[in-house]
Order: sequence, then structure tokens, then C-alpha cells
Amino acid sequence: MVATVANGNLISDLPVLTRKDFVSDQEVRWCPGCGDYSILAQMQKMLPELKIPRENIVFISGIGCSSRFPYYLETYGFHSIHGRALTLATGLKTARPELTVFVITGDGDGLSIGGNHLLHAMRRNVNLNVILFNNRIYGLTKGQPSPTSEMGKVTKASPYGTTERPLNPIRIALAAGATFVARAVDRDIKHLEETLYKASQHKGTSFVEVYQNCNIFNDGAFDAFTNKDVRQERMTYIEHGKPIRFGKNLEHGVRLNGFTAEVVENAQSDEGLLIHDEHAVNPTLANILVGMDYPEFPVPVGIIRSIEEPTFEDMVQAQVDEAKSHDPADFASLLRGSETWVVE
Amino acid sequence: MTTETPVRPQQIVEELDRVTIRFAGDSGDGMQLTGTQFTKTSAVFGNDIATLPDFPAEIRAPTGSLPGVSGFQLSFSSNDIRTPGDQPDALVAMNPAALKVNVGDLRPGGLLIVDEDEFTPVNLKKAAYTTNPLEDGSLGAYQLIKIRITRQNELALEGVALDAKAKFRSRNFYALGLVLWLYGRPLEGTIKWATQQFRRNPAVLDGNLRALHAGHAFGETTELFRARYEVAPAKVEPGTYRFITGNEATALGFVAASVQSGLPLFYGSYPITPASDVLHELSKLKQFGIKTFQAEDEIAAIGSALGAAYGGHLALTGTSGPGLSLKSEMLNLAVMTELPLVVIDVQRAGPSTGMPTKTEQSDLLQAMYCRNGDSSVVILAPATPSDCFWMAIEAFRIALKYMVPVIYLSDGYLGNGSEPWKVPSMADLPKVEYSYAKPADNWQPYLRDPKTLARPWAVPGQAGFEHRIGGIEKSEHSGDISYDPENHHRMTIIRKSRVDNIAADIPDLEVTGPASGDLLLLGWGGTHGAITSAAENARKRGLSVSSAHLRYLNPMPKNTGDVLKNFKQVIIPELNAGQLSLLIRGLFLVDAIPFNKISGQPFKIGELEAKIDAVLGLTGPYELSFGPVSALGGG
Repeated sequence: MVATVANGNLISDLPVLTRKDFVSDQEVRWCPGCGDYSILAQMQKMLPELKIPRENIVFISGIGCSSRFPYYLETYGFHSIHGRALTLATGLKTARPELTVFVITGDGDGLSIGGNHLLHAMRRNVNLNVILFNNRIYGLTKGQPSPTSEMGKVTKASPYGTTERPLNPIRIALAAGATFVARAVDRDIKHLEETLYKASQHKGTSFVEVYQNCNIFNDGAFDAFTNKDVRQERMTYIEHGKPIRFGKNLEHGVRLNGFTAEVVENAQSDEGLLIHDEHAVNPTLANILVGMDYPEFPVPVGIIRSIEEPTFEDMVQAQVDEAKSHDPADFASLLRGSETWVVE
Repeated sequence: MTTETPVRPQQIVEELDRVTIRFAGDSGDGMQLTGTQFTKTSAVFGNDIATLPDFPAEIRAPTGSLPGVSGFQLSFSSNDIRTPGDQPDALVAMNPAALKVNVGDLRPGGLLIVDEDEFTPVNLKKAAYTTNPLEDGSLGAYQLIKIRITRQNELALEGVALDAKAKFRSRNFYALGLVLWLYGRPLEGTIKWATQQFRRNPAVLDGNLRALHAGHAFGETTELFRARYEVAPAKVEPGTYRFITGNEATALGFVAASVQSGLPLFYGSYPITPASDVLHELSKLKQFGIKTFQAEDEIAAIGSALGAAYGGHLALTGTSGPGLSLKSEMLNLAVMTELPLVVIDVQRAGPSTGMPTKTEQSDLLQAMYCRNGDSSVVILAPATPSDCFWMAIEAFRIALKYMVPVIYLSDGYLGNGSEPWKVPSMADLPKVEYSYAKPADNWQPYLRDPKTLARPWAVPGQAGFEHRIGGIEKSEHSGDISYDPENHHRMTIIRKSRVDNIAADIPDLEVTGPASGDLLLLGWGGTHGAITSAAENARKRGLSVSSAHLRYLNPMPKNTGDVLKNFKQVIIPELNAGQLSLLIRGLFLVDAIPFNKISGQPFKIGELEAKIDAVLGLTGPYELSFGPVSALGGG
């Protein structure tokens, strides 16, 4: 099979791009040690695998540390305003369905000021790749609590601790009807790159939450389960069709007790363990998985949900094509309208 | 005079130059339909016409209540007219509430037709009448014609397969039939229209047509009317005409911009009165490649449009005042990223929610200044419903040529008002040109065209033009992030100059009447009809009064200052508290006299003439009866 891209070139004709082709000439200005560096590196590594010409790739961001991302990629990029990246991305994708569009956002940008847009992009199933960098803090504004900060979080803006409960971004995505939902961790680079690749292969809104460390204002927020020495014990790498297992030798499992998940320590056989089905149309299993959190459970990472639904922009385009197919678009006649009279 | 006077069996036919009628009833009484049908009939007859619907914000306020009153005013004439009339010559009131809300506007001696059957104790109470105005002598200043419309209509519809409620609803056709008779207008047009409109509901069609004929026949046989009236056709330019409202013209104009430029139109919008009609109109026109997007909020609406602009499409968003407030931040992103974007603001009355269905011109300063930083955008304002068409095309001509956001200020009066429009031919339409970035050795995202100062429009998909833009200050040519102090100073000036320079590319301000004299009326937007007519009337009275109308508010035409200096005095009538006045004083140091009306209603020609007379010293100081003449002082 021969695939073509928007400008009519055959994929096989395209020059082979490498990671370097996606590195822009801009100096990267995140704090040394920031988790964003890793996400950028995995993205730059992953992009050549898409085999899409650079000019057909667009990165759109809002405001925040994560939103500097587009400047560092040699593609089209738009650093917009706080919380609104998805609005631009939705308009761009609706107008130009052939483009590949990534939206870079954070827990403040995407879940607080831009929460509304996140809900609606996912409910519409616009074919976008939304990467939400979750560091559970406002970094660029120097350390205020974010919608994913844990209750009681002490910051400069909350010296007595916050009095609000955090949001779970994955739960929001599932509730809004996202067709692709995944979670990855900045420091687990191979898994991150794989997850980004799978997200970009999905047709429809792909939502990827990346646990990202802010080493200045919220250092070690995810260390308890993402540190290399405890990762195997405290996270579970979920895979479609496989039982939910974790532990150094995958010796533990998770099963259902009624509607509740429970850990089975040293589960000898897979019998009775929860089997992951990322294609389940019913989101119940996904919701059970997303309810699993450290320390009661291993934290699930990987593809939580991936289902196929028609995309917003395809349906919009189909209506236009349909209208064009049976209406000659006669503007002179439109100008005359339905009722005219002649003055002699 | 009341109707008790016996009338002669042979009716007089009075020839009139101009008649203004208002139909008023409950919002469920179909008054908009009645007004529209009368309007079409008169247009086909050859009169010049202007209309003004006036409907409540509530879709269905309680029946018979004062807030539920809906009205439709139209003025038709044997001459060229520009407004729907100051004072109705005739008022049709379908219930006590409609009478109460509207009778104050009827000219003394005017014709007042009421449905007597609706003046029941219950309905009188709903309208807060303590006594029945039909009997207490309070309507002595008018020619009161009491007709049992409800009962007559019931009789006419006997045997039609409709329930009592549905029969009641065809009273508007009865009233229409009667008024068509009164002004010597044929029924054919309405019959043809109704036959098409109600083709799927034969019983309703039958009921409405019977009501229409019954109303017409009642006029013919009754002796209640002292006279019938005739308004001869106007002398208008030959051609094919249609009716057009400002909102329809706006939508058509933007489609024209798409047709003329060859760029597909994207419209992102969030429902808001009185701008939603534009969304409805454009949503129907997918065959023209138009994509409409009903966004989750006002910000998403403009954001999506800016995304489409970035993608190389003709990008449009539309709203009314409160929505423009919400769009400010995104509009500033369009200013910084220098992308072509048009924002429609169909202005409504008041701050916050204000009065959504009423008109005003109070978003001018919001359009000019309500953004952070020094931020200049182009502002256009159509002057008449049909001018909306031409200015919509102009908005995109400018946006594309100069890579700049444009605000298009319409208003509720223009948007909902209608007038006959000579349908332009395709050859009449102006060119709308654009170009995407062209390969060049020294290509940079902010390297400008030296003449227009426009930056290149490099759109995703164009190989070799990959670049990054955003809201952070740009380095002058590369567009890279820059915090350099001198660069920021220069960029601010460049962004402003880019807008100011457009003055060289727009028509001069035209003066109607002599180019110099005692007094100039300077207006903008939807007040054009009233201002032009008032100045013209003053000239007919031998006064030295001219008028000029700004359709370009930023930048203003380059001769604006010179025009102002040719007059001893300048009045700036506005439907706001003095916004253009402030700009004119600031920009040209002209001590203009503001004349402001902030009632949600358009100017009456008479109000402007009274102001002219006062300023010229022919009378004492003039103020509107309901308030101070202006927020900025002035007499």
C-alpha cells in the first residue's frame, strides 16, 4: 500500500527525518533538571517516526512552563494565551483537517483556566494530541497550588495548606468522552516515547497525562512511586489484553471485588485478575483503573482507553462536501434571495 | 376625535407622501409576521421602506403582560427615506398591554386600531390599567377605531378544522387584511407567501387566508374609517430589488469576501443576541465551503477563528458587547501575532447584560481601547442595513492586505432593521486579495512588506516556512521572543503605524450638503438615516447644516480633521454617552457638541432637528425629555 501525505508526496519519497531535524535554533530555557527536558527529548525522538513532513506538524500551547515547548521544535508552532491552546487547535484542525496538531498544556493551563476547552475538545473528539504536563504546581508564576495539588499543599499562596481537593485529569478525560486516554512519566523515557507515539497514531482526541517533576517548586512530587528502585512495585504498566500485574517480577495482581479493585499479593495465576481492555466502549473498567492510586494501589500508566469514534473535523468536512455535491453554490442567486421585485 | 362620528358612505382617498405604521401585540400574536408581510407588499408596490422590529428579550413573556409586548414599525414613502419614522401615523394594538406600551409614540390625531374584544378586565389588569382606556376618554387625541377583531375572526373561521386557540392565533392575518385594505394594497403577495409557508398545514393555511380576507372585507364594508390612504410609488433606480436586514447583509458580505478571495470562510461563534442571526445564516451555506463552529464560549469562538486564520482561512468571529469583553485577550493575541481576523460586534444597549434586544452604539471605546498594552485594531462601522454587505467585504480586504484584526461594529438597529436593496451583480463586487508567504532567501516571520507593513502569512503546510509565533513580544524581524527595551518600543510603534497607515487606503469622509458652513452633524454607524435626514430637513428650512458619517473609526479618513474645521460648530449625535465625541476632541482638538441618547432606541429625526435649532440659537437649549442632553455637558 502506498500512503500519501497532504502535499501529494509519497511517504517513500520523503527525505528521512531524524531527531535533529526537529530541534529548533532556540535556546531551551527551562530550569536545569526540569522534567520538561525529558518530554521534549522524547517528542523530538518520536516525531521522525510519524513520517510526516515537518511543515504539516503544528504544536500549539497555552501559558506556563510547559507551553514554551513549541519554540524548541522545528515545526509550525503557536504559543498562545493562558488556557486557550485548544480553542486555536480546534479552529485550525476544523479548517485544515490534514494537519497533525499537538496541544501542549499543563495542570494549571489545561485544568484550571482552560478546563472548559479541554472538556469540549474531548467531547467533540477533535483529532488532536493533547499532552498535559502534570507537575501539581504553578511553576512559571513561582509556586502556587494547582488543580492537581494535593489537599493541604503548603505554598506561598497557601501558607496554611490548601483547602481544596485535587482533580484527577484522567477521570476528567474519561468523563468528557475522550477516545484515547493515557498516562506516562517524564523519567520513564522509553515508555513515554511509546505512549506519545501511540497517542499520535490515534484518530480523535488523544489525551496523555505526563507526570512531570518541577524540581524548583514541587520537587519529588511523584518520587514515591516513580523512583527507579520502587517503580516496579508501585506502578503498573497496563497493556491491552493482559492482566493488571505489578511487582519486581510482576508477582502481584489486581482483581475486582464487586465494583472495587483490590490487590492480590503474590497472585500465582492470572485467573480472576483484572484483564485490561483498552478498547472497551463502556468506560467502567477505565474508571476503576483510574481510581487506583498510591499508596493503596500501584499507579497505572500506559493506554487506559483507546476507542474509535468519528472525528469532529471529518464530520464537519463531510457536511460541507455533501452540501457542495448537490448545491452549485451560486452566489449570484444567493444575493438575489428568495423574493425579489423589479423596478422598471 | 372618536369613532362615534358617523362617516360618509363614500370614502375619501387621501394621498400621502409617507406613512409610518406600528403593529403591536403580545409576543405570541405574530406582529413581526404582520409587519414583514405589509413591508413586502409595499416594496413590491414600489414604495421606499425602512423597518424596525422591537421585540422583547423573553421568548414568551406571560401572555398579555407589558414585558411581553412585541412591535414592528415600518415607514413607507413615495420618496427616498432613511429611517423607520419618528412617530407612527397609525398604531394597531392587539391588546391593552400593546396599547399601553405604544400609544405614547402615536402622533396626535393618528389612527389607532384596537381589538376591542381583548380589553377584558383580566387583560386590563395585566396591563396595569385601572379603567378601560377605550371608554375613559384618555384616547381623545387619536382617531380611535374599535374593532371586535377576535370575535370577527372567530366568525370568519367557523368550520375550519382548528381549535379555538389556533383560530385566535390567526388574528394577525385579520389585522393585516384590514391594514392592506386601508392603504390600498393587494392581498396577492401575502396569499402566495402564506400558501408556500403553510403548505404542510392546510387547516392553518385555510384559517389564515380566511382571516386575511375577512379583515380586508371588513375594511371595505365598514364605515368606521374616515378615509383610505394612498402612498404613491417612489422614484427609485431601475433594477432588481430584495429586502435585506443588516444581519443578513453582514452574513452575505462575508460570504462575498470568501467568494471574491477564493479563501474558505470559517466562522466561530457563541450564541448571543442580537448576533446569532449571522451564525444561523452562515450555517446554512455549507455549499460555499463555509465551516461554522458553535464554540463552548466566547473565548473559544475567537480562539477557533484565530486558529483558522493561522491555518490560512478567512477567519471570522461574531458577538455582541459582553462577548467582545470576553474576547479581548484573544484579540490581543491576534494583534501580536499579526493574523487577519474579523470580529463582528452587533452592539446592544448597556453595560453587562444590559438590554440585549435594544440598540446602542456604546462599544466604540471598548473596540478602541479595551485591551491591555498599546493595542491598535482597525474598526469599521456600516451605516445602513445594506451597507453591512459592503463593509463586511471591506473588513476582509483590509484584514488580509495588512495582516491585522478588524472589528466590525454593527448594532441591533442595523442588524434587525431592513430596507429594499438593489441586488448587486457579481461584477459590482470589489476584489479581495491575499497572499501566502513566498519563498525568499531572507524569509523571516516578521520581515514586513515595506509599504503595507504587513508580515508574511506563512501557513502550516508550506514547507520551509516552519516558524513559531505567540503573544510574547517579538524581535523586529525574526519574530523570536525578545525582551529588548528598544525593540519593544519600536514594535509598539510599528503595530500602531500599520493601522494608522490604512487611512491612505480608505475613502475620504464625504460631506452631505455644502462642504463648509455653520454646522456639521458628524455621526457613525446606524444613526446615518436619522442624522442625514435631519440635516437635509434643516437645509430645506434654509439653515447652513451639513452632515458627515464615519464608516471607518480606526483609522479615520485622512481628511476628517479638515472636514471638521470647515464648520463653525459640530454636533456629534450618538446612541451612547459621548464616545465618538471623546475621540474627536482627543484626535482633532475640536470642541464638538455631544448629543447623546441612551434609551436603547434610535434617534428620531425630530430630536436631531430640535438640537440643530438649539445649537444655531433659533430656540432655547434642547434636551431629550427623559434625561440630560449629554454626559459631557453641552447645550
